[in-house]
Amino acid sequence: MIYEVDALKQVYGGRTVLHIERLAVRDGEILALVGPSGAGKSTLLRLLNFLERPSEGVIRFCGAPQRGAVTLGVRRQVTTVFQRPVLLHDSVRNNVAYSLRLRGVKAAERVDRALAEVGLEGLARRPAQTLSGGEMQRVALARALVVEPRVLLLDEPTANLDPYNVSLIEGLIRDHNQRTGTTVVLVTHNVFQAKRLAHRTALLLNGYLVELAETPLFFTSPADARTRAFVQGEMVY
Amino acid sequence: MSTLLQGLIEAIHLIAARDEALTQIAALSLRVSALALVISTLLGVPVGAALGLTRSPFHGLITAVLYTGMGLPPVVVGLFVYLMLSRSGPLGVLSWLFTPKAMVTAEVVIAWPLVTGLTMTSVRGVDPALRLQVRSLGATRIQEAWAVLLEARIGVVAAIVAAFGSIISEVGAVMLVGGDIEGKTRVLTTAIVLSARMGDFAQGMALGIILLLLAFLANVALLRLQGRTVR
Repeated sequence: MIYEVDALKQVYGGRTVLHIERLAVRDGEILALVGPSGAGKSTLLRLLNFLERPSEGVIRFCGAPQRGAVTLGVRRQVTTVFQRPVLLHDSVRNNVAYSLRLRGVKAAERVDRALAEVGLEGLARRPAQTLSGGEMQRVALARALVVEPRVLLLDEPTANLDPYNVSLIEGLIRDHNQRTGTTVVLVTHNVFQAKRLAHRTALLLNGYLVELAETPLFFTSPADARTRAFVQGEMVY
Repeated sequence: MSTLLQGLIEAIHLIAARDEALTQIAALSLRVSALALVISTLLGVPVGAALGLTRSPFHGLITAVLYTGMGLPPVVVGLFVYLMLSRSGPLGVLSWLFTPKAMVTAEVVIAWPLVTGLTMTSVRGVDPALRLQVRSLGATRIQEAWAVLLEARIGVVAAIVAAFGSIISEVGAVMLVGGDIEGKTRVLTTAIVLSARMGDFAQGMALGIILLLLAFLANVALLRLQGRTVR
């Protein structure tokens, strides 16, 4: 297991937004977190990236409990691609090279490879801010992948994108996972995306983990009535 | 109109003749303002960035103080620095009064709030999501702060340009603390005041045109720096 989460609680201003008794993420899997807005999916992702400290509970990464200030070495094994790509006011190439630069690594061939992987090698010199939304998200993905993280966290990476770019990004995630064995935790509103990509799928509702199952089972024989209602598109929150 | 034209002609004549006194005055103007700008930038950008990056319960008070500092009347600054540097003042032992050092000090007091305040505002204007994104890519706190500062660079350079504009054209404070001593502390602005007082408007105009030209060239240089950093 790459992550083991125990009695995790996150409280903002007295309000509990996340309360997960137990969650284990397998090394090399694609785990989809589905659920309505406000379910705590993005909060969980931030905690898994060690961008926030949990109010209670513990997260084990590769078996080691991460308490207090998480070391840079651990943090750098995990990267997140957010729903809205935030790119630097710089060229596409420099944006992709940025995460390597943070680690003091100069590796032009790795940047070239990452750009080729997302199909943007022809736009390397373009200012990143002049790209379309889909291209920007591919730059963000290349910037995350170039450092070869053990875990890739994706927070609604295809929200607001057209079907062509959705399909392109899904293909990139699937190929990368198969080729490198990178663990992927994907937050999505889109249950069909979870069905297409994930090995396992989990439903979060009001901060609680309702059900976690192999994706085919999750969609065909959900154990919980709320999961059944959610995958059938009924309002459950 | 004839004075304006006469001033322009005289300015061209003075520049072409490389008048020694004028060169010395222009050089001192640039030297004093450039040094004050460097000091204000070195002290103001880090403080402005730190204020922009952190949250403090005194945020409102600090902003109000800085914004007030940005509008300080130069003559009041001059008086304050004069009193500090005068023989009976707390910094009298330095013997800086009526020297270029006193002029630099006064200009730093004028420019520092501008650089700090505008840098703080620019840093606060950077998309807050950038910090989270950069941290998630593995940035240390210092790398995170540097990334935000780089994203705010257009505003930071604008702050430096504004500060330069304010001090190169400064007259009240430098006259008070510098004394407008010929060959020692006379700069373009104080020389313009002197020319006007003596009724030599053409000479004053000529000095004014040279001052504008220097300010323009310095701003072009700063803006080219801004252009190079923003691709």
